[in-house]
Amino acid sequence: MTDKTVHTGKNAGGGDVRLTGISKSYGAFTAVQPLDLTVPQGSFFALLGASGCGKTTTLRMIAGLEEPTTGTVFLGDRDVTDLPPYKRPVNTVFQSYALFPHLDIYENVAFGLRRRGIKSVKKQVGEMLELVQLGDKAKHKPHQLSGGQQQRVAVARALINHPQVLLLDEPLGALDLKLRRQMQLELKRIQTEVGITFIHVTHDQEEAMTMADTVAVMNGGRVEQLGAPAELYENPRTTFVANFLGTSNLIEAEVVEAGTELVVTAGGGKLRLPAERCSAPAATGGRLLLGIRPEKISLAHADDEDTIATGRNKVTGRIVDTSFIGVSTQYVVDSPAGGALQVYEQNIERDTRLVPGAPVVLHWNPAHTFGLDATQAIDAGVETVEDAA
Amino acid sequence: MRWIRRNLVVIAGLLTLAYMILPNIVVMVFSFNKPTGRFNYSWQRFSLDAWKDPCGVADLCGSLTLSLQIAAWATLGATALGTMIAFALVRYRFRARGAINSLIFLPMAMPEVVMAASLLTLFLNMGAELGFWTVLIAHIMFCLSFVVTAVKARVMSMDPRLEEAARDLYAGPVQTFVRVTLPIAAPGIAAGALLAFALSFDDFIITNFNAGSTVTFPMFVWGSAQRGTPVQINVIGTAMFIIAVLVVVAGQIVTNRRKRTATT
Amino acid sequence: MTVTDAPPAAEPADLPVRKASARKRLVPYWLLLPGILWLLVFFALPMIYQASTSVQTGSLEKGFEVTWHFQTYWEALKEYYPQFVRSLLYAGTATLLCLLLGYPLAYLIAFKAGRWRTLLLVLVIAPFFTSFLIRTLAWKTILADGGAVVGALDALHVLDVTSWLGWTEGNRVLATPMAVVCGLTYNFLPFMILPLYTSLERIDGRLHEAAKDLYASPATTFRKVTFPLSMPGVVSGTLLTFIPASGDYVNAELLGSTDTKMVGNVIQSQFLRVLDYPTAAALSFILMAVVLLMVTVYIRRAGTEDLV
Repeated sequence: MTDKTVHTGKNAGGGDVRLTGISKSYGAFTAVQPLDLTVPQGSFFALLGASGCGKTTTLRMIAGLEEPTTGTVFLGDRDVTDLPPYKRPVNTVFQSYALFPHLDIYENVAFGLRRRGIKSVKKQVGEMLELVQLGDKAKHKPHQLSGGQQQRVAVARALINHPQVLLLDEPLGALDLKLRRQMQLELKRIQTEVGITFIHVTHDQEEAMTMADTVAVMNGGRVEQLGAPAELYENPRTTFVANFLGTSNLIEAEVVEAGTELVVTAGGGKLRLPAERCSAPAATGGRLLLGIRPEKISLAHADDEDTIATGRNKVTGRIVDTSFIGVSTQYVVDSPAGGALQVYEQNIERDTRLVPGAPVVLHWNPAHTFGLDATQAIDAGVETVEDAA
Repeated sequence: MRWIRRNLVVIAGLLTLAYMILPNIVVMVFSFNKPTGRFNYSWQRFSLDAWKDPCGVADLCGSLTLSLQIAAWATLGATALGTMIAFALVRYRFRARGAINSLIFLPMAMPEVVMAASLLTLFLNMGAELGFWTVLIAHIMFCLSFVVTAVKARVMSMDPRLEEAARDLYAGPVQTFVRVTLPIAAPGIAAGALLAFALSFDDFIITNFNAGSTVTFPMFVWGSAQRGTPVQINVIGTAMFIIAVLVVVAGQIVTNRRKRTATT
Repeated sequence: MTVTDAPPAAEPADLPVRKASARKRLVPYWLLLPGILWLLVFFALPMIYQASTSVQTGSLEKGFEVTWHFQTYWEALKEYYPQFVRSLLYAGTATLLCLLLGYPLAYLIAFKAGRWRTLLLVLVIAPFFTSFLIRTLAWKTILADGGAVVGALDALHVLDVTSWLGWTEGNRVLATPMAVVCGLTYNFLPFMILPLYTSLERIDGRLHEAAKDLYASPATTFRKVTFPLSMPGVVSGTLLTFIPASGDYVNAELLGSTDTKMVGNVIQSQFLRVLDYPTAAALSFILMAVVLLMVTVYIRRAGTEDLV
């Protein structure tokens, strides 16, 4: 068992969500492998993974909607594992919202308060509807609202109960891209304003990175890696994280020199990377997967090779495809070092010689390289057409 | 000629509709007839006599009341039992699901006369006295499957997350059922109940076998086909038709108005 | 913040596993119990009693006894096979007529009615509210000898053809097979139209446009797209029509003659008038078996298993 510790700096103790040895099996199928996880009070925490990775099941076990097969759920120091959902100080924003179709917006938001026997709900509901900017929609039925408005009602309906933890199950999945970006900022604003712990489940890596303080990447019922978004992106520890969070070029390489700096060979050329950026044990003669993000790579025409500064990692190749995106151009380069490499170049000064067929040299700062265990599947976490559909 | 060919479907459809409506029109028209003999099958002359005195035939209104009573109780029983089954079928996993599904399907795939006859052999063997109770038992039995089908369709289209949301928002099991499940399932349950009422009220074959000397309204009509058909039968048939249409129209107006006020 | 992801094989043994509470697991059984019990006692059990009755012998005075007298089946079939054949023939013809008459109306309501849709649906269902016996009696008036309908059919020489076919007699329609089939068709038309409408209404209108776009004429569109997609409605409609029609005795009694008696009439009179219970039970059992067999084969052929 490995212990990874991340400090987010917020007040620890009191209202943390603590999962110990929690797992869920349905017959022979294990949805969530035994898992220990602590979410500090007041943080914005994201569980990120593809569908079926166990992230929603984990969330539902915290909500009490799913009984764990093993393990315990703590809220602060209180063991809530055996409490039904209606006795937990936790509320959920459901995927596709689950607004009560037979009640108007006002009654939807007041639902939780009324069930707890609170008689005068008017002021609170009014304030809450103002917070989500829906004061004028109180008498509407859910189906008369747009997707974004329904989403805000779902948030208001949960937040009005002042839960210790707000659980968000893919809350933005049903919205179009533009609205999603807008709602991400909105949710982040609300979280800062109310200071409640948010646990957010999503399959959208961009969403997780924009919103969360801490992201846990889940795969096959276990947490692959956990940390601040930038940390995960810059220093992935598994091929799954490297491929699922953004895009990575992974090159199979052999270690020729081990020290504080590792020197490896791939496709005949020598490449270097800092030893602390390699998560796999590296010994001379061993194999590694060498990773580099496409935007860290610079592209030069082979004629200009001399202009490249010394000390940079260099790989030769030939452009096979280019696509113009607007802010950047994406190149696919066929290289003896490792198949088709992706390169993103900012469109600042476009070199007209960089067309398909052109011989090029890829170069980057060795410090941007990371190393991974070569025994993993190289394409784990790569989105395929079926996944996207 | 081209017009006819283009509108062939419309013409054929409306002809079918006419075929379906024609008997109702005849029933209505003949409720104003003053027949000379015992049977009200041919037009004699216009009269309001029957409308002025709809209960003027012995046992007619008594049989009508009995039918309404049986239909009401059968609806209540079948709806309660059927709704429970429907929820169990959609919401839970359990053993023998296939066998239970067939047990619910079979009464609908069985000629009524077979169910009627077999139920009679049961009652005869048990020495049960035929009458109100045997009819009620039979009606609940054959309405049950239809209620299950109607409610099941609704419950299947219900998002289980709505109930989870209610539980998440501090509603206990009872509160969740009363505040969320029941209101949302209501249209399906209402449809099932209406169907049960209509089936029970209009049932003849099963009642014919199991009623003994008890006379429901359809039994009265059947008997009168042999003895002589009083005009009052047409009056009651027409009245039921008009009441039902008025209820449907009123319901339509209410929902339309509600929709309109909701959108403005 | 700590995370510890354990390998899958390491744990389960030493972690206490929670079991769903027994009370929770019993919930579906409690929900099912009353209704299923009702069906078992008043639907399934009677079938067993009927089976037992069918192999009894005796008389009303001395009482009946199980003697495994299977000859009753054979004798019943020998004596009443014309009624059996007639039942299946009438019910089959009525079902076919219901499909032919009902399909255009269902199609009209689903695709062409526009804002009249609700009104038309109400008109299809409305007749239900007048007792079906009263409405069936109305056919006695409509088809009366010398009436407008019979007169028109006579003038158009339709009756000559139907008489030649044996469907009618002379210039009478009432008390002939045609009257019975006409009554059956009328009575069960809504059971055909409603399922047809439901499955037609579900068809996405854009499919018609797509078919047209892909060079299908209106007739081909119907044959290759609309009709296949409405198959679930056709199957459940024909079943909902054929099954009750095959056991019906009301139409044959009210609109027919002694020559148009169906098996339902025989079962009814054996049970309620002749009081020959074994024969009646045997006939009822045979009817059930025949219908169930036909339904099963039909559903298999039509390939629609989920009707409920």
